Amino acid sequence: MSEANTSETAAVSIHHLSKSFDDVEVLRDVELEVKTGEVVTIIGSSGSGKSTLLRCINWLEKPDRGSIHIAGQRIGVHEDGRPMPVRELAKVRAQTGMVFQGFNLWPHLNVLHNVTEAPIHVQGKSKREAEELATALLEKVGMSQKHDSYPNTLSGGQKQRVAIARALAMQPEVMLFDEPTSALDPELVGEVLAVIKDLSAEGYTMVMVTHEMAFARAVSDQVVFLEKGLIIERADPETFFTTPKTDRVRKFLENHDTPSSA
Amino acid sequence: MSNWDILWDERAQFLSGFLSTLEIFGLSIVGAFVIGCGLLYLLEGSRKRLTMPLRIFIDAMRMLPFLILAYLLYYGLPSIGIRLDAWWSGVGALAVYHGCYFAEIFRGNRLTFPPGQIEAAQAHGFTKGKLFFRLLLPQIIMQTRPLLGNQLIYALKDTAFLVIITVSELTAAANSLSSTYFIPTEAFIVVIGFYWAISVAMEIIIKQCGRFSAKRGFDNV
Repeated sequence: MSEANTSETAAVSIHHLSKSFDDVEVLRDVELEVKTGEVVTIIGSSGSGKSTLLRCINWLEKPDRGSIHIAGQRIGVHEDGRPMPVRELAKVRAQTGMVFQGFNLWPHLNVLHNVTEAPIHVQGKSKREAEELATALLEKVGMSQKHDSYPNTLSGGQKQRVAIARALAMQPEVMLFDEPTSALDPELVGEVLAVIKDLSAEGYTMVMVTHEMAFARAVSDQVVFLEKGLIIERADPETFFTTPKTDRVRKFLENHDTPSSA
Repeated sequence: MSNWDILWDERAQFLSGFLSTLEIFGLSIVGAFVIGCGLLYLLEGSRKRLTMPLRIFIDAMRMLPFLILAYLLYYGLPSIGIRLDAWWSGVGALAVYHGCYFAEIFRGNRLTFPPGQIEAAQAHGFTKGKLFFRLLLPQIIMQTRPLLGNQLIYALKDTAFLVIITVSELTAAANSLSSTYFIPTEAFIVVIGFYWAISVAMEIIIKQCGRFSAKRGFDNV
């Protein structure tokens, strides 16, 4: 399939990515490379295009121009410009695990089956294998007591931890987090951040959109600041948070100066 | 010998009419359900070229009196060379007619289905078929359960129309007894009892199914 890739070891590599909604340019010539094992945080004010960028990575949004490779494989279109058939697209998508702001668990399935659903019915794993994996992952996110519960009985933090286990069950090349704590009560944020922090310590590759600055500083290898669809600053977290280069970022950080516990 | 004794002696006719109604009803609602699900599947994410004619077909069926559809299938189809016996015309008409109603009930619910769940499925590599049958359809059925129950009662009552195209079901049994012995009141009271019995049994079953969906937070009962 797609061999024409410049960076063979990158988990995600994005080149010249542009996207408009109607006449508004949401992403402008974005370049981003996420190495395997790396945690990249995307920061920016609302409307800056950060969620769109994340959603382009697994093709929930179709970019207008540019290319995205997941572990060396092009997503969405073939190298020669042909659109990718849905089945093939689904296969590449399954290489990414996405965690949404609104959890999006499947309410008719219990916790265990939420996690085993895709491994069994997309990846074709046996029920036993999928359940063993799910059991281990639910243990990892601290939800092993809740196998038989239905999502409607869980708190927001619990739902998000199940959603993380569900995404991990695909054994993806990269985990995508779209503001995973923004819909949570403040006192439930910590339990979800703790899980994500553990994952970063275990070496998972992650791309995350977040408003939790202290958390971003603690877990990231690379911080990217998006403004009106442009990456205007990228740096390691120490540099980014202590000596930002642009006035825009300096101002943004001043408005977010309350360090939350992470 | 009272009128009721006469009917008791003729109970075999009622029973065979009752069984025939049950059979017609059972077959046609299974057919209607499959047609409803099939239409919903075809409407899901298809091109306008396909969805437009389907929507027109569904609306045309819903706006048609059931009896006329039954007439059309039984008396009209032979003129284009398709000859169905009364029984199959009746089952077919019921299945198609109520299938369109099912489709419309499902579609109404589909319009308010949370898009985030579908995105989550796509992000996990689901394609249309699996997404539809594993995630969409089960939830839509759970959510539309009370409406489906209501539609089933309509379907049951529509089976009575089939007497007009000579199907020997429950109403036909009462009809024939009432004209043989001139006891319309008693004969029809008996069939009302039968229809009520089926309806009540169905209501109980539908209600029991509600516990399944209440556990998942779909019903607040």
